[in-house]
Amino acid sequence: MDNRLSRVKLSVHPSRALVDEKFVILVQNVPPGSPMTLHALHGSEDGHSWEACGHYVADSSGNINAAVDCSVGGSYFGVEPMGLLWSLKPVPGSKPGLRMRKKDVQTPMVVTISVFNGHHSEAFVDQVPLASWVVERWYMAPGVRRIPVTEQQLTGTLFLPPGPGPFPGLLDLWGGGGQLMEYRSALLASHGIASLALDYLTNEFTTRTGKMVDNQYFETAYRVLQQHPQVLGSRIAMLGLSLGSVFTLKMAIYSPVVKLRCAICISGSHIQPVSGGPQEMMDLFTSNIEKINFSEQNEMIWRGVLLPLPSDPSLKADVGRLRCPLLLLVGEDDQNWCTQESAADMKQMMAKAGNDHLLTLLSYPETGHLIEPPYTPHTPSSMYRGAGVGQKTMVLWGGKTPEHSAAQEDSWRKILTFLKKNLYGGSDPQAIHPSHL
Amino acid sequence: MSEAVPPVLSVRPSRALVDEKFSVQVENLPPGCPVTVRSLFQSEDKDFWEAYGHYVSDHRGTVSVSEDVSVGGTYTGKEQMGLIWSMRPVPGSREGLRLRKRDMCTPMLVTISVHRGHQGFRDQTALASALVERWYMAPGVQRIEVREKGVRGTLFLPPGPGPFPALLDLWGGGGGLQEYRAALLASRGFGALALEYLKADDSKPIAMDGKYFETAFEIIKGHPQVAPDRVGIIGLCFGTLVTLSLAAEYPTIKPRCIVCISNVHHKSTKNTVSEFPEEVPEKFETVSAMKNVLVWRDMGLAVLQMPHPKIPVGNIDCPMLLINGTDDQNWPTVEVASDIIKMMRETGKDSLVTRVDYPDAGHLIEPPFSPHFRATNFMLSGTRKKVMMLWGGKTKPHADAQEDSWRRILSFLQLHLCGDPSLNAKL
Repeated sequence: MDNRLSRVKLSVHPSRALVDEKFVILVQNVPPGSPMTLHALHGSEDGHSWEACGHYVADSSGNINAAVDCSVGGSYFGVEPMGLLWSLKPVPGSKPGLRMRKKDVQTPMVVTISVFNGHHSEAFVDQVPLASWVVERWYMAPGVRRIPVTEQQLTGTLFLPPGPGPFPGLLDLWGGGGQLMEYRSALLASHGIASLALDYLTNEFTTRTGKMVDNQYFETAYRVLQQHPQVLGSRIAMLGLSLGSVFTLKMAIYSPVVKLRCAICISGSHIQPVSGGPQEMMDLFTSNIEKINFSEQNEMIWRGVLLPLPSDPSLKADVGRLRCPLLLLVGEDDQNWCTQESAADMKQMMAKAGNDHLLTLLSYPETGHLIEPPYTPHTPSSMYRGAGVGQKTMVLWGGKTPEHSAAQEDSWRKILTFLKKNLYGGSDPQAIHPSHL
Repeated sequence: MSEAVPPVLSVRPSRALVDEKFSVQVENLPPGCPVTVRSLFQSEDKDFWEAYGHYVSDHRGTVSVSEDVSVGGTYTGKEQMGLIWSMRPVPGSREGLRLRKRDMCTPMLVTISVHRGHQGFRDQTALASALVERWYMAPGVQRIEVREKGVRGTLFLPPGPGPFPALLDLWGGGGGLQEYRAALLASRGFGALALEYLKADDSKPIAMDGKYFETAFEIIKGHPQVAPDRVGIIGLCFGTLVTLSLAAEYPTIKPRCIVCISNVHHKSTKNTVSEFPEEVPEKFETVSAMKNVLVWRDMGLAVLQMPHPKIPVGNIDCPMLLINGTDDQNWPTVEVASDIIKMMRETGKDSLVTRVDYPDAGHLIEPPFSPHFRATNFMLSGTRKKVMMLWGGKTKPHADAQEDSWRRILSFLQLHLCGDPSLNAKL
């Protein structure tokens, strides 16, 4: 090996962090001005390899600092401290349509960061790096407790922050793919919010009986959260992505049981059979199925299915009746739902009703449907199977990776601020009760 | 009416290496509220250790341990890491305890909590708490048990292909296989072999003579992921005696640099390293005002006045870093350091030495931010008698010494093990 390169030192700090925390990658002792490639490699839980790379040039002191230096090539460009994570893509030769979602939140995502001599974009496996470091990315902070919830026929997992509490609570809903996805709730609990991830499509009752749950299922979940001794029953929020946002709005507006401090809808819509539940919502999709389009790569585009916006009020949640703050997140390149049109209509309805002061609308250009916590890969399209559907098909979610990743970073920060303000705010700090039971 | 939200305690980072700092913040308190921030840790031996500071929240209802002043507790003043370095066994614990982690593959788990009030804070449940992990091993560091050619130790290597600079890591007369400093060195980019050469629970030392250390040194040099011309030695207390001996008296062992913490340079009269602990005899036993606590400092001072054989340190040809505490009650290490430099001056080699004496630090200068132990239980090898040994040091200066010396050690190793010979210079 070139002797000048034998002293190259790589460090990534911090080496153990939460998924939404930044790190700093430093390379030192490189010959000044030399081209170097930073590389990330991750083996996912389902056995696939993901990689990313950035091309850098060492400065006159022989250093590269990925937090302040520019990447001039690779899978991301510009000053991107976290580019090696958000631009991760399946390695060449992988199955098409992969999506990275951590199922086991009690173990970290492990990523190997390496530095290679020169600028390379491929065949990393054939080369020996100058140096490597390993980082752990965690969804759960130490002390967060993971509690499966199966009472009253619910299928969910509650994540409690460490400490005696009590804590503000949150009901966390994902979209039409179903399954019990825990990672967002685990991360929210790591930020001090008792979060209940709820499976409402492939839950135990539905799997056993073949019948979808009704709206009472969400009310039951709310009650379970509200009555938990370590949850502040009067400080509960709801967060839904995609199909999850439909039920978030429904509960926020119509449920006599659910009293929310605030609601968050990501990539969602108010278009829904107002008086129906999950089954009726699925029927609405099925009855409009001929409106599905296909991209040039034969990916399914669902965004037209709920368009045009219905004029029938029984098909739109009456957001004019909302009494709690609402944060709406929209990707302007969403190819799966008509989130932009819905958001514009909701804004109009609320202005008319005089409650638009409750609305915060964040609209992100070139951003797709799957707006997730930051620094995890963007999925522009993937093999997807809706709950109850027979087989997987390739679905187009939309978004361009750099812009979508920036939207994930920005929106997550704003989600946390919104939750902190609405769940923690408005309290009288003088009134620290001796017992919260 | 909505319920009040309890105070929120956050510690960042929640997972870190033991030598990294964290920031503790409490929010959502009433303004001007007296609170106590406390750390609690249960050791592998099941003893509880704690530290605490008394604070008053500001006008926003916030307490920030890294910015605010503690007005009482186990530490006072603006002390970001006081919750770790001022830890001591909780009231009612066994006496003479020392904290040394054995399992490197798991972290130290410390609970940080906030309680209402100052006096009697323990009487009430915590208002909030958080858990932090403190690791000796960074992710990807390899831990390799070494049991070859009669050598017993554990080799830690940084992640990556290497080759890496490396160190032979030697602890003191307490014996046993202490892995934690070597694990931390590997987490900082240096391969390190923690070597067992005195058994803690056996009357016979493992090491019979210098051959044992030569073999250990060769094992390090011979590892495919170690750069053979970039191997040094780090030793504490009796380990510095071995370090100095290897560097001065064994021509086959040519460390690139050496680090000596709490220096000892007197040989045993039988001229082999193995008998020195047995050589330190009861007839030199000084007992301090505290009952049954051995203070060997005076014995060491007496030995310094005698024509007792010493390691010929004037033969050493590599850079040396000498680190000692002026309140060392176990051995007169500062005086020894002066004597070492005097001997090296006689052979014109004193420019190789960098010396740092830390005021009011004791004998056990360890990686930060571990607690300070002024006196702990100790078993004399040889007689196997259990005693209480006075190490010395005042807690805050000792903690400062640990933090500063570790940074200096890493910087010294970076320069001499990673740098080029032409750049070698006195720090």
